[in-house]
Amino acid sequence: MLDDFLVRAALAGVGVAIAAAPLGCFVVWRRMAYFGEATAHAAILGVALSLSLSMSIFAGTLVAAMGMALAVSALSQRSYAMDTLLGVMAHSSLALGLVAVSLLDGVRVDLMSFLFGDILAVSRGDLAVIWGGALAVTLLVFWRWSALLTATLNPDLATAAGIDPRREQLILTLALAVTVAVAIKVVGVLLIGAMLVIPAASARPFSRTPEGMAGLAILLGAGAALGGLELSYLYDTPTGPTIVCVLAVCFALANLGSAMLSARRS
Amino acid sequence: MSLVAAHGLTVQVGSVTALSGVDFSISTGEIVTIVGPNGSGKSSLLRALIGAVPAARGSVTRAPGLRIGYVPQKLDIGATLPLTVRRFLSLPRRRKTPEIDAALAEAEVAGLADRQMSALSGGQFQRVLLARAVMDRPDLLILDEATQGLDQPGSAAFYRKIADLRDRLNCAVLMVSHELHVVMSASDRVICLNGHICCEGAPDIVASAPEYRALFGTGTGGALALYRHEHSHSHDHDHGHRHGHGQDRMHDAPEEVR
Repeated sequence: MLDDFLVRAALAGVGVAIAAAPLGCFVVWRRMAYFGEATAHAAILGVALSLSLSMSIFAGTLVAAMGMALAVSALSQRSYAMDTLLGVMAHSSLALGLVAVSLLDGVRVDLMSFLFGDILAVSRGDLAVIWGGALAVTLLVFWRWSALLTATLNPDLATAAGIDPRREQLILTLALAVTVAVAIKVVGVLLIGAMLVIPAASARPFSRTPEGMAGLAILLGAGAALGGLELSYLYDTPTGPTIVCVLAVCFALANLGSAMLSARRS
Repeated sequence: MSLVAAHGLTVQVGSVTALSGVDFSISTGEIVTIVGPNGSGKSSLLRALIGAVPAARGSVTRAPGLRIGYVPQKLDIGATLPLTVRRFLSLPRRRKTPEIDAALAEAEVAGLADRQMSALSGGQFQRVLLARAVMDRPDLLILDEATQGLDQPGSAAFYRKIADLRDRLNCAVLMVSHELHVVMSASDRVICLNGHICCEGAPDIVASAPEYRALFGTGTGGALALYRHEHSHSHDHDHGHRHGHGQDRMHDAPEEVR
C-alpha cells in the first residue's frame, strides 16, 4: 500500500495536520502567529546547514528552527515590540537561508521544494520521520495540555498553581520547532504558518471548549490535506499551495456559516 | 505561623527597582491589605511572594506545601479562546461537577457553569475568579485589585464575601486595593507601600501616620477611611465641614463591610 506515492502523500499530510492543529490552537490563543512564521522561515537556514554539513534535512531544520525560537524568546525581553522583532528576524533568516543555499558549491538544490513543499515525493523514510515527529509533538502537547492552557490564560495564575510558565513556553517552542521540521516536506517553509493557524481559526466559531477547538482543528486540517491532495491531482496544481487554498476556503465557510447561524438565532 | 515571609526583599523590573528592602510576613487567619500609589510596587510584591519574579536581593520563604489561591489583577481571555466557566474552574486540575457547582454556589454565582467566560459581567467574572481561587481550600488567598470594574455596592459585597471566606476556610488573605476606605476597615493590618514600606499596622494607626497622609492626603478616598480618626482630631475643623454632607454615608460604608 505504501508503494503508492499518493497514499504516502495522504499519510504525510494527515500526520502533519494532526501535530499542527492542536499546536496551532496555542499559536492562535497566545497570539504567536508571527512567532510560528519566524520559526518556519528559519528552517530554510537549516536546509543550507544540512546540505553543507551533509546531515539530514530534518536535523538541520530542527536545529535552525529551535535556535530561531530561542533567539526570539531571549530578544523579546529587550526594547523592541515583538512584532517588529519578528518581522526583522523572520525575513532576515529567510533571506540569509536563500543566500546560503545558493553559495553551496556543487550542490544543486530544488529550492521550490523547500519553499512550497514536495508532498508527492515523500519516501517511506520521510513518512517515518513525519509520523514520529507528529506523534512526539501530539504526546507532548497532550501531556502538558492543562499546564499549557493555564499558563496561556495568565502566567501569574499558573505560577500560583505551581506551574512554571517559562517552562511551558519552552515546551511549546520545542513542539513548534519539531512541527516545522516535519512539515517542511509537506507544505514547505512559506506555508507552514497556514497549517498552524487556519485550522484553529476555522474551528473557533463552532467551539465551546479548548479541547473541542483542538479536535475540530485536527479534523479540518486532515480533511484539507486530503482534499487538497485530491484537487491537486485532478487539476495538476502544486500540492502544498492547494492544501492551503482548501484551508482558506474552510476558514471563509466557517465564518460565513457562524454568521448565518447567529443571524437565524436572533 | 508565618505562611509567607520576605526578608530584605528587593525586586528589579527591567532596570527599575520596584521594591527595596521589604520585610513582610503573613500568618494564618490574617487579612492584610497593601495600599500605595500607582507604581509603588504593590503588584511586584505579590508577584515576588508567589514566586513569579525573582528576588534581586533578600529572600522569600513559603511554608512547605503552601496552597495559594490567586486572583490576578486582570485576566484577559481573548476572543480566540473558547472557555466555559466549568472548564476554567478545572484548570489546572480536573474537578468533578459537584465540586464545581459547590464552588460556584459559595461564590454566589450558581448556575453559570456552562456560560462562556467572555459572556460574564464584570461582577460575575470576579466571583468566578474567586470561586476558582478557593477551590483548593487555600492556606493563603491573594487578590490583586480584585474589585476593579465593580461599583461600590458590588465591591463592598465582594469584600464581605472575602471576610466570610476567611472565617470559614481559616486562610490568610493578602490583597492589594486602591479602595482605601472599604478595604482598610476590613483588614487586620495595612501596609502602606511606596517602593519600600512607609508604614504598617492596624488600619487606624496607618491612617493617622504622617507617611500615609503624605501619600494619600486627607481628602476624598483618604478622608473616608480616616473618618473616625478625623473626628477625634479637633484641629482640622475645616476638613470636617467640607465633607459634612457625606458623613453619614462615610460612616456607613466601613460598617457595612464588617
